[in-house]
Amino acid sequence: MSHLPYLAAGWIVIVGIYGIVTSRDLIHAVVCLSVTQSGTYVLLLAIGYRDGATAPVFSDRPPHGRPVTDPVVQAMTLTDIVVGATVTALLLALAVQVAKRRGTIDPGELRSLES
Amino acid sequence: MRTRTRTLLFAAGAAGAAALFTAGALDLPRFGGAVHPYGDRAVRQALRESTTNTISSVNFDQRAFDTIGEELILMASAIGAVVLLRVVGKEAEDQGAAHRHGPAEVSDALRIVGYLLLPVTLLIGVYIIAHGAQSPGGGFQGGVVLGTAVHLLYLAGDYPALQRLRPIPVFESTEALAAGVFVAMALAAAGAVPALNGAVGVEVGCALVLLIGKFFEQALLVREPPGGTP
Amino acid sequence: MILQLTVAVPILAAALLATAGRWLPRLVVDVAAVLAVAAVAALAALTLTRAPHHAQVSWLGGWGPATGVGIPLAADPFAAGLALVTALLTLAALLFSWRFFTEVQAIFHTLMLLFLAAMVAYVYTGDLFDAFVFFELMSVVAFALTGYRSEEPSTVHGALNFGIIQSIGAYLTLAGIALVYARTGQLGLATAGRQLIGTGTGHGGHGDALVTAAFVLICTGYLVKASAVPFHFWLADAHAVAPTPVCVLFSGIMVPLGVYGIARTYWATFAGLVPLRAIAVLGAAAALLGAVMCVLQHHIKRLLAYSTVSHVGLLLVGVAAHGPGALAGTAYYLAGHAGVKGALFLAAGALLNRHQTVDEHELRGRGRGMPVTGATFLLGALGLAGLPPSGLFAGHAVTEHAAEELGWWWFTPLAIAASALTAGAVLRVWLGVFRGTPAEEDPAQEDPAHGARPDAGGGHEDPETRPTLRNLPWTMVSPGLVLLAAALLAGLIPGGPVGAAAAMFTDRDGYAALVLDGRVPHPHSVPADPWTASGVAGFLATLLLAALIAVHAVRRRASDRTGGGILARAAAATSARLHALHSGHIGDYAAWLTAGVAVLALLTTRF
Repeated sequence: MSHLPYLAAGWIVIVGIYGIVTSRDLIHAVVCLSVTQSGTYVLLLAIGYRDGATAPVFSDRPPHGRPVTDPVVQAMTLTDIVVGATVTALLLALAVQVAKRRGTIDPGELRSLES
Repeated sequence: MRTRTRTLLFAAGAAGAAALFTAGALDLPRFGGAVHPYGDRAVRQALRESTTNTISSVNFDQRAFDTIGEELILMASAIGAVVLLRVVGKEAEDQGAAHRHGPAEVSDALRIVGYLLLPVTLLIGVYIIAHGAQSPGGGFQGGVVLGTAVHLLYLAGDYPALQRLRPIPVFESTEALAAGVFVAMALAAAGAVPALNGAVGVEVGCALVLLIGKFFEQALLVREPPGGTP
Repeated sequence: MILQLTVAVPILAAALLATAGRWLPRLVVDVAAVLAVAAVAALAALTLTRAPHHAQVSWLGGWGPATGVGIPLAADPFAAGLALVTALLTLAALLFSWRFFTEVQAIFHTLMLLFLAAMVAYVYTGDLFDAFVFFELMSVVAFALTGYRSEEPSTVHGALNFGIIQSIGAYLTLAGIALVYARTGQLGLATAGRQLIGTGTGHGGHGDALVTAAFVLICTGYLVKASAVPFHFWLADAHAVAPTPVCVLFSGIMVPLGVYGIARTYWATFAGLVPLRAIAVLGAAAALLGAVMCVLQHHIKRLLAYSTVSHVGLLLVGVAAHGPGALAGTAYYLAGHAGVKGALFLAAGALLNRHQTVDEHELRGRGRGMPVTGATFLLGALGLAGLPPSGLFAGHAVTEHAAEELGWWWFTPLAIAASALTAGAVLRVWLGVFRGTPAEEDPAQEDPAHGARPDAGGGHEDPETRPTLRNLPWTMVSPGLVLLAAALLAGLIPGGPVGAAAAMFTDRDGYAALVLDGRVPHPHSVPADPWTASGVAGFLATLLLAALIAVHAVRRRASDRTGGGILARAAAATSARLHALHSGHIGDYAAWLTAGVAVLALLTTRF
């Protein structure tokens, strides 16, 4: 099963969305969104993995020794993590305000926005 | 929609999506394979520029435009939090009560450890940023360490000291300034990786302090008068 | 260098305002923001004039195509045109908010400038992952702007729904990009496209399962933005609560940029490897459902939001029609829609400012003192119906012609139905608010000089200004009029260059030549011709239907809709069901999103 890590990434994404679908608490839903996003980290890093390779940093070893894992996906993951953290912060800020204004954070008890 | 209907709808959708993704993933190259053309090119270019931490080279040099976008996301969400978590309407900021709100009871041991760790952690943050071009680390990682370090004061039970240490308006301005400097350097291709690292470190640190600071205010200071909005 | 500047100017202005805005006087902040946006508009216009002849490409940081690691910015005429539309809409929104928000800090301006920068960078970038990053920047700024008036309960709720759904979509897009990267080892749209042609084909020259999965996942995020059914739920929630100047940008350009994302990704990277019928089906569904929901609303901003769902659905169908002809029509349509919808939202903002409500029933007859706003609603309704020579008229006629050649007989009835329903709804608002008589029990409200009564009822909303402005200043009136005039004349843009731009956009090798070799391609092109007999006939039919719908609605309301036969009861039941579907429950929206991915997958897979 040389493709299992990719499938695991897909599984994490689906689990995260399942959490949002069944969520009874908006804070929980925002955290589930982070779970969904973690799936993309796993996918990116799995794609960049290389058997027997080491980290793509050459400060203490010659450049043409062992192969290194793909630095591009790692850079992308780093970007993705920062994006995810900030989006989470913003959504949590919104959730705090929903709790203050509506008095509940259960999506089932929030009034519909449809007039 | 009833819970049951919703779950069924999701189950059907998830089955389809999972089938799609599985079929696609089975066509991917083998896990751990040796073919990484873009990665190899990035390593070659990084070594040519003698940036030994390839990831920093990709983030701040080769694909600096991604990082511009990312810095702006950070800036947007920091000032977005300032807008969203501002004191509005009937709420009032409970300044006098600030000293009462810290983690409930802090033992002396924790207090001392907090005070001692603060300078050490700040130093580590600066080190991680400064060496980001050469060894594992960089602006993001160091910035996060810097941004969280000052909150050791909160853990040490001294919220007023934390407030004095991080005047929010100053951090707001510094954050935006660092973002502007980074964008100017990256677009003009003028900065070397260590300088870019530094700008990012300052921005990430300030944005983090700002974000956490606004949440602290909501949790500790902002009070609605009793009998306010339902 | 021009392209970098177009992105850098608004970013640097935003950084400046965020740094120093709290100490600057309001006038300086306003002037600086407006000047920065005007500079972006000028740069985009310059790019647009140069793009057909000189390659507008720049590789950032000097990492040229030979190194294989850099990120290109590239502007073909359509991209430059979109950047220009974005800048002009932002300019209109900023001018409108000059007096509109009287209590904003520089943060509002900073966010608007960042929004502009994100959209321009997203339009120009020639890199998949970079597109994702700026797509996210666009979204994050949009969440913050939506929730700007965080003292309102529905505002933060709408913004949170928007944020969660949009983010799920974006992460699926990223997963799709990761699949492309794993297969090709490229992130550039052009370079990845070249690789996919070489390696990504299964039997018969079509894409294999990986290519299909990647395309579906990438499209999901863009379709959420473009509000195709069933990804559209966030849109009305967010539009109804966002500040009015922000709605102008949301409806006018941000939502259509989702369509642009699909078109660009398809033609630069996936052309010929996957079918677009899924996009056509979901777009057609959005066109119909959006139009029906539009008629069912009486909150004017929500009504306009659903009309956006409907019209952007038509844009999606135009892209899915898969050819330069239909794409030229879609470009006309997009330009016309941006102007008309911008003007209508600004007019709704003027109503909200004057009367503290945008509820159609409460506003009944109270618009009589606002002739300019009334004229905007009337002309906007006609524009949505496709009044010649508006951009919507030209778009309808050109796309229709291309769809007929494809044998898509259903396109004309679909477009007429969608346009008639949305135009009818806006016409109904005009009849009720600006021509109707105020409800009898409220005679005091007839005199506009008294403004709204403080107890204006359940629909009371924060007016976004304090105090309410007695007379609308020119900064609030003229942006809408200019946008409307531009939209109503957009059909006069000569068909030759538009056709050539569409041919360039749909030429995959041409795009690669532009980005990688710096050569402007000149593929064979057919000039777009909006002035067809069936186009004019289509407008007349739409207008007739729209008038019937509006008059019928007003009559029915006058007779207080008591009784009614089976048909009326069935209509009421359907309407209740549709309202219940748009529940505002985030779990529902996420479940629909997942189902939408499955439908996309089913329709895109070749069995």
